[in-house]
Amino acid sequence: MAEVLVLAEHADGEVKKVTCELLTLARKFGEPAVVWTGPGAEQGQRRCAEFGAARIYVDADPAFDRYVVAPTAELLAELVSDKAPVLVLIAGTGEGKEIAARLAVKTDSGLITDAVDLSADADGNPVAEQSIFGGSTVVHSRVKRGTPIIAMRPHSVAPEPAAGAAELSPVSLAGAADGATITGHVVAERGERPDLTEASIVVSGGRGTGSPEGFGIIEKLADALGAAVGASRAVTDAGWYPHQFQVGQTGKTVSPQLYMAIGISGAIQHRAGMQTSKTIVAINKDPEAPIFELADYGVVGDLFTVVPQLLDEISRRKQL
Amino acid sequence: MNIVVCVKQVPDTAADRKLRPSDATLDRAAVDGLINELDEYAIEEGLQIAEAQREAGAEAEVTIVSMGPEKAAESIRKALSMGADKAVHLLDDGLAGSDALSTSYALAKIIGQAGFDLVICGSESTDARMGVLAAMLAERLGVPQVSLASKVDVDGRVVRIRRVSDEGYHEVEATLPAVISVVEKTNEPRYPSFKGIMAAKKKPVQTLTLADAGIDPAAVGLAGAGTEVVDFAQRPPRQAGVIVKDDGDGGVKVAEFLAAQKFI
Ligand SMILES: Cc1cc2nc3c(=O)[nH]c(=O)nc-3n(C[C@H](O)[C@H](O)[C@H](O)COP(=O)(O)OP(=O)(O)OC[C@H]3O[C@@H](n4cnc5c(N)ncnc54)[C@H](O)[C@@H]3O)c2cc1C
Ligand SMILES: Nc1ncnc2c1ncn2[C@@H]1O[C@H](COP(=O)(O)O)[C@@H](O)[C@H]1O
Repeated sequence: MAEVLVLAEHADGEVKKVTCELLTLARKFGEPAVVWTGPGAEQGQRRCAEFGAARIYVDADPAFDRYVVAPTAELLAELVSDKAPVLVLIAGTGEGKEIAARLAVKTDSGLITDAVDLSADADGNPVAEQSIFGGSTVVHSRVKRGTPIIAMRPHSVAPEPAAGAAELSPVSLAGAADGATITGHVVAERGERPDLTEASIVVSGGRGTGSPEGFGIIEKLADALGAAVGASRAVTDAGWYPHQFQVGQTGKTVSPQLYMAIGISGAIQHRAGMQTSKTIVAINKDPEAPIFELADYGVVGDLFTVVPQLLDEISRRKQL
Repeated sequence: MNIVVCVKQVPDTAADRKLRPSDATLDRAAVDGLINELDEYAIEEGLQIAEAQREAGAEAEVTIVSMGPEKAAESIRKALSMGADKAVHLLDDGLAGSDALSTSYALAKIIGQAGFDLVICGSESTDARMGVLAAMLAERLGVPQVSLASKVDVDGRVVRIRRVSDEGYHEVEATLPAVISVVEKTNEPRYPSFKGIMAAKKKPVQTLTLADAGIDPAAVGLAGAGTEVVDFAQRPPRQAGVIVKDDGDGGVKVAEFLAAQKFI
């Protein structure tokens, strides 16, 4: 059976959830084969097996962690030419999209980014679903040249387990492992809160919070709900909260069970990052704010009176 | 130092953008075009690097490269009025419908011919939203890619950036020539001054056709694209929700809603 290559996202031997999502999709089109760059494949093997990987092509050279994008794209290109896969799936993160981009050029193949689902057409070829123009339009497209390369938006499909052998198969990069050099990594503090893109509840604050101190009320509410904190671009531009918590077109895309937009107007660029949330609650003092068009429940009022009352009510209910 | 900044004219994000039923390409004529906001950061970064070079006694020139229809000339003017020195506009009907693969092929051809030390892109175009062009250009031009920068430093022939990642940032460096892309936290783009707007009118803009640039017409446009649209549809709007006015019990009402939905 033809192979589908899935580039693994992993840190310290731990396979990221998005890789399990890609393996789930890969099974529709062929035999899933994971491509693993850098050390840690032995630790990740079990999880790959649980999601149906038939084998893992491993190049354990630690150099992959020292260079940006280029060597990984080169390894994938070599595997595409050796193994002739029917499809290559890559996580649609900033880095993943760039790997996909270079691979598309190297193999002269069509590239689709930000896909949210994959189905098979009558001939069994992949058709990608994308949500464009801030989510107003749904497009299906396919690759018509080369090997289809598709960068999937993380958290778009539910990972489903299936047994696989996940046999380790060592490979090594023939081309150069170089490019721009990584000299350091600074991890932003997240504290105890859940990851923004994986959280089932996200509480986001906007310019309406007025100041870094005012934004503190968003963190309080998030903690009361066990939620992740998000922010609008107005907030991150002003430096009230760090950039990596920005939700929207140039920030993170989230799709939680509950999204609370507080003091956020709901500009199209913000909506692009949150409008597929299951339930949306908005608190804003302007009844005309566009966020109310999306809200399942909205309160027109001052966040500095509504949110404290909500906090009191939550703690009262917890004590019942 | 030769600095090339890639600038795209895009339809206004706030406008009602639609795909044309005939060929499933964006109906660019129907909506106002404007400069891709994220490219303003690329222009600003180019201008700042050039200014620093000149202050240090070196020569520096900022060239805008844009591929797009006639109207893209407006965005080129804006870039020149911010302070770029000259521009190349790739304009040819044969380009309509180009995808990222073919756009990068055409732009690489032009940039390669113009010569460069540094190519600067925005992090993504607000219409296509692929965020792949810088990587594709680096691949085609055979130079390092220092992309998704939230901070850029050029020190002699070395460029160092902070590359944003999901968890924070990486420190990355490369030697020139290189391709960089910048995110919107890198700098504060300047507004064109009146003087800048007047000066821009006299700055050279070279308009090239595919033939002028030696670009293979079969490799660009809809025919040269590696992908095709199967179908598309407008998403139905979300169902209207319940909006209440806070009459002193807004917080309690939200709590009741959250409890009814089992969130608390
Ligand atoms: C290329 C591009 C990319 C962008 N990417 C993003 C992105 O990724 N994410 C993003 O968020 N934005 C993005 N934007 C910016 C976006 O257009 C908006 O400017 C931004 O989302 C506004 O943030 P805001 O809603 O917090 O602020 P505002 O629009 O200023 O809204 C503040 C809201 O708070 C309300 N308010 C004020 N005081 C109170 C109070 N006391 N109680 C209750 N309500 C109050 C006001 O009524 C108002 O509705 C992008 C823009 C561009 C051009
Ligand atoms: N037609 C174009 N002409 C010039 N530059 C472009 C064009 N398309 C994209 N770019 C550049 O590539 C960046 C990323 O675009 P994209 O990969 O389409 O999201 C943009 O911010 C621009 O700097």
